[in-house]
Amino acid sequence: MIKYDLAVIGGGPAGMAAALRARECGVEKIIVLERAETLGGILEQCIHTGFGLHYFKTELSGPEYAARFIELVEDSDIEVKIDTMVLSISDDNVVTAVNKTDGLLEIDATAVILAMGCRERPRGALNIAGTRCAGVLSAGTAQKYVNIDGYMPGKEVVILGSGDIGLIMARRMTLEGAKVKMVCELMPYSSGLTRNIVQCLDDFDIPLKLSTTVIDIHGKERLEGVTIAKVDDNRRPIPGTEEFVPCDTLMLSVGLIPENELSKNMGIEFDPVTNGPVVDELRETSHPGVFACGNVLHVHDLVDFVTKESQIAGEGAAKYILGGKTDKKYVKTKGINGVRYIVPQKIDLANEGDVELYFRVGDVHKNAKIIVTYNGQEIISRKRPRLAPGEMENVVIKNDMLKNFDENGIIEIQVED
Amino acid sequence: MVKDIICVACPMGCQISVDMNDNGEILSISGNTCKRGDAYARTECTAPARSLTTTVKVSGGIHPVVPVKSAQAVPKGLIMECAKHIASLEIKAPVKIGDIVCKDILGTGVDIIATNICPEA
Repeated sequence: MIKYDLAVIGGGPAGMAAALRARECGVEKIIVLERAETLGGILEQCIHTGFGLHYFKTELSGPEYAARFIELVEDSDIEVKIDTMVLSISDDNVVTAVNKTDGLLEIDATAVILAMGCRERPRGALNIAGTRCAGVLSAGTAQKYVNIDGYMPGKEVVILGSGDIGLIMARRMTLEGAKVKMVCELMPYSSGLTRNIVQCLDDFDIPLKLSTTVIDIHGKERLEGVTIAKVDDNRRPIPGTEEFVPCDTLMLSVGLIPENELSKNMGIEFDPVTNGPVVDELRETSHPGVFACGNVLHVHDLVDFVTKESQIAGEGAAKYILGGKTDKKYVKTKGINGVRYIVPQKIDLANEGDVELYFRVGDVHKNAKIIVTYNGQEIISRKRPRLAPGEMENVVIKNDMLKNFDENGIIEIQVED
Repeated sequence: MVKDIICVACPMGCQISVDMNDNGEILSISGNTCKRGDAYARTECTAPARSLTTTVKVSGGIHPVVPVKSAQAVPKGLIMECAKHIASLEIKAPVKIGDIVCKDILGTGVDIIATNICPEA
């Protein structure tokens, strides 16, 4: 058994920012455990630009954004183990991992930061009928094939799902010479950024078919085509609107699932909406000394916010390691009337600073108001010209407000049209 | 002639209409809700440009390709041609971030630079 102050699970943007901030706060023995062969996580395959506008005030590609943190980690005394798979975390924060050089590793950590990121929702989660032919893959997998492994997964492509990864891949495949026939979106709106709809689809005359889904997959060995259909208000296919679209590749960009097997096996409390742990304002989970940040906590649209959140977790872990466990008295947060979830889900009343609450709405709203209440009393009201499910929002709860709150009180956020 | 564009200067996504005469001169702009929208619409109608990101083949590296970007935006109409040209190139490992992969691509005055490292295998 090796003793560390802090073990960070995952070496993507979340894990690196958390480890670096904990180190800055005075934590000495830190280890980062990464499953892939390099640090950087998913950023390594996100070769498009648009990263860092908030955090670095300049536009970077994914690998460039990652490189800035990889360099800092390499210049520090933070230990990194790549090609290392974490198998379990025990009740007293012993991390069990394996890799080819060390074999089985047992790391006794005072604190643990969960930064494992997300996995893509696979075909199996959608229940699309049809054959199990080759040529059906998730957009992120295709992105890795094209951008890192350097090979094209197909020539004639239909993309299901108009989230940002789907849109980015539509452009990427086109630039590499493939024909992207259409992007289908089940919802009546795209969850992707407007910029991506304009620059990834409109620029290349790729049609975006809203309220449309894939209902059948055809092909024996290789995909030969898909059947698409319009859907009604309840997202049910409308009979008579079916259309056969020949293609050799179907890419799915249908959402991300936080990769929380480790956290679930620890018995940590979960938020059923985010599919991530319930955390307080320092991103500490219900398990003392275990923190979570980045996409494993909730899916982010911008890596800049992942970095910010992970620095909070790094500070939180440093406080725990250097100051020990404290008794916390919580006020809870809850999204209602159009607000799907809030992170953090609870705030320690003894917190000394302002607390930013991040949340997501369930629908598109124009000229709406965000109302924050405490035990039913309005405390903050903010106008927003536009709210969309694809864009994370935030409000700040000032510390002097927090001082007037009581244990078990409830802060609620809602949308008013 | 009226050209409709969606503004991407911020997430609002305003629908902007640009009225132009036959010489391509802008007569009026409407639908934007801020100055940035006005500026975006003007550039979009007169000299649209995009930054380009793609990959270039690498020999002798840990990966067969390395990501690249255009150091500045290139004219929108040349995006596909630039991508094709970059696809025909091959560079040698090791590659560092910022290495110039192609100078002055297709006479645009814009360099194509590497955005990741690619150490020798």
